Amino acid sequence: MDPTAVTQIQERADQPTEATDPAGRRPTSPWRNRKLLAGAGMVVGVLILTLAGRLLWDTTLARAASSPLNLPPFWLPGGSFAHPLGTENSGRDMLALLVVGGPTTLQVGLVVGVTSMLVGTVLGFAAGYRGGVVDTVIRTLSDTALTIPTLAILVVISAYVRQMDVTTMALIVALFAWAGPTRLIRAQVLSMREQGYVRMARLTALPTRHIMFGEMMPNLLPYLAASFIGATSGGILAAVGLEALGLGPQRIPTLGMTVSNAISGSAILRGMWWWWGFPTLVLMVIFIGLFLLAIGLDEVANPRLRGAKA
Amino acid sequence: MRGLSVGYVVRRVGMFLFTIWASATLMFFIPRLAPGDPVQAMITRITSQAGYVEGSGRLVAAWRARFGLDDPLPVQYLHYLKSMATFDFGYSLAQFPAEVGTMIGRALPWTVGLLVIATALSFLAGSVIGALMAWRGTPSLLRVFLPVSLTFTAIPFYILGIVLIYVFVFTLRLFPISGGYRGDLTPGLSLAFVNSVVQHGTLPALSIVLASMGFWALGMRGMMVTVAGEDYLTLARAKGLRPLDILFRYEIRNAILPQVTALVLGIGGIVGGTVLVEYLFGYPGMGALLYQAISTTDYTVMQGIVFILILTTVTAVLIIDLVYPLLDPRISYERR
Repeated sequence: MDPTAVTQIQERADQPTEATDPAGRRPTSPWRNRKLLAGAGMVVGVLILTLAGRLLWDTTLARAASSPLNLPPFWLPGGSFAHPLGTENSGRDMLALLVVGGPTTLQVGLVVGVTSMLVGTVLGFAAGYRGGVVDTVIRTLSDTALTIPTLAILVVISAYVRQMDVTTMALIVALFAWAGPTRLIRAQVLSMREQGYVRMARLTALPTRHIMFGEMMPNLLPYLAASFIGATSGGILAAVGLEALGLGPQRIPTLGMTVSNAISGSAILRGMWWWWGFPTLVLMVIFIGLFLLAIGLDEVANPRLRGAKA
Repeated sequence: MRGLSVGYVVRRVGMFLFTIWASATLMFFIPRLAPGDPVQAMITRITSQAGYVEGSGRLVAAWRARFGLDDPLPVQYLHYLKSMATFDFGYSLAQFPAEVGTMIGRALPWTVGLLVIATALSFLAGSVIGALMAWRGTPSLLRVFLPVSLTFTAIPFYILGIVLIYVFVFTLRLFPISGGYRGDLTPGLSLAFVNSVVQHGTLPALSIVLASMGFWALGMRGMMVTVAGEDYLTLARAKGLRPLDILFRYEIRNAILPQVTALVLGIGGIVGGTVLVEYLFGYPGMGALLYQAISTTDYTVMQGIVFILILTTVTAVLIIDLVYPLLDPRISYERR
């Protein structure tokens, strides 16, 4: 589920009291958070391993019928070093599938994360700072996008797209991913607007642009990062869901598509654990990594949580 | 009634109608934005099958009338809105002459049942875990153990479902792999049937509960930490109330209410996740039907399912939102 929602609730709860309570602050930099570092390590690890794999391993083996069928990994009887992680039932090499699918998955996440964070920042600032009708419209739209099961609508959209590629899919997913960041940033801007330094800046008649980007933006950084991570992991979640339903890109093998093929090829009951196991493992590492990043950022942004051991 | 003003109810119901209208409109215009007029392509496809599909002439006529292909776009749009409002989704393209409404009617109870039970269990378990994580009286052994339960939160429902199938179906052979009940039983209120339904539903529900309870736990922990700083707790302790009384009547009671907001925000994601879980487990609900519709490019069924899924979700959110002020009189909806 979307980790930013957690942030949102906690931050909403904190609004009545001052969020700048120094209790529980540690002398070290809050950015040197263990969860943050572990999460970043996991995501970057997947990225580096799969990118290195592209250089070292033949990616054409990810095409169907390029390898023998149904080979187990090399350490099991029948496996060979030519296909170290085994192959699946249409002759694709598992290692090649991971090497091609891993970066693709992260790429979708990146596109969704960046787009929705940009849109969220603009709309969130507009709603929180301007208020009035602008706020009402943006809030209504983002509430609508938040409550409906977006995967369902994404399914309808994707079903009508004839030629699906990675970027198209990412942009379709991003259509609904901006709502979370918008709400998060709006709430922050709203509470920040009334704080002393912003009032001071307004009294000194600084241009609005300067107040927004010079005064408020630096304080928003942890929230921007959190909403980026949240949108990224939500985007990957939706993309993998679409791929699993057979609506993902058809030309490039993706992790979700591999898992989906494994399920429809009843790999689980045939005992071919390597078919679904490896892509699932990579996805898990990515999701847990992003989750730890989100929690870590949450603790950076919300000092109260640092005191509570978890 | 306290906390529930007329203006608030009107606003909430307006929002409810707006959401449904907006998503229905989106689903009307998306196919028309796609290049190559899919509706026309659909008709062509059906017409080309006319030779061997019995009664397809009726289908084509129904489609032409339904979309009023010769009418101007605004007229088509009004027709569409009317048929959505009256739950008239027409015929299935792939399984003609089955009507979409009947197919959905058969699948919906399974989905709603699974969703309600799984969400209730996960909300309960998650809130208890979150409360224990923040409570100062929690035994240290539990403190080590509890965060482990959160690890699953990051994993999507259906990925976790795959692992569960591997462990419980393939390795331990404890549960049936797919379906909603044993094929040789007739649905009814017999003990054997209910037992079979429970057996088939356990793993799908478990994957939803395990994967989502950490979400509630995190929210609950955050709220408990916030509540912990309140003066009334200091007073309660100074009065010498029993720690358990303080936990339940002061801390949990105040911390759990904002969790309802989280439920409103999270329910759309849960529905989406449930769709995938049903597909994975071949559970006879909306998710499996949706997958079937996608793989047979059955646009009418797809549209009907998505509309009903959205309607169900938005209705659930409306109910929660209307009940919320009754639970928590402090809530002033002016700020939302």
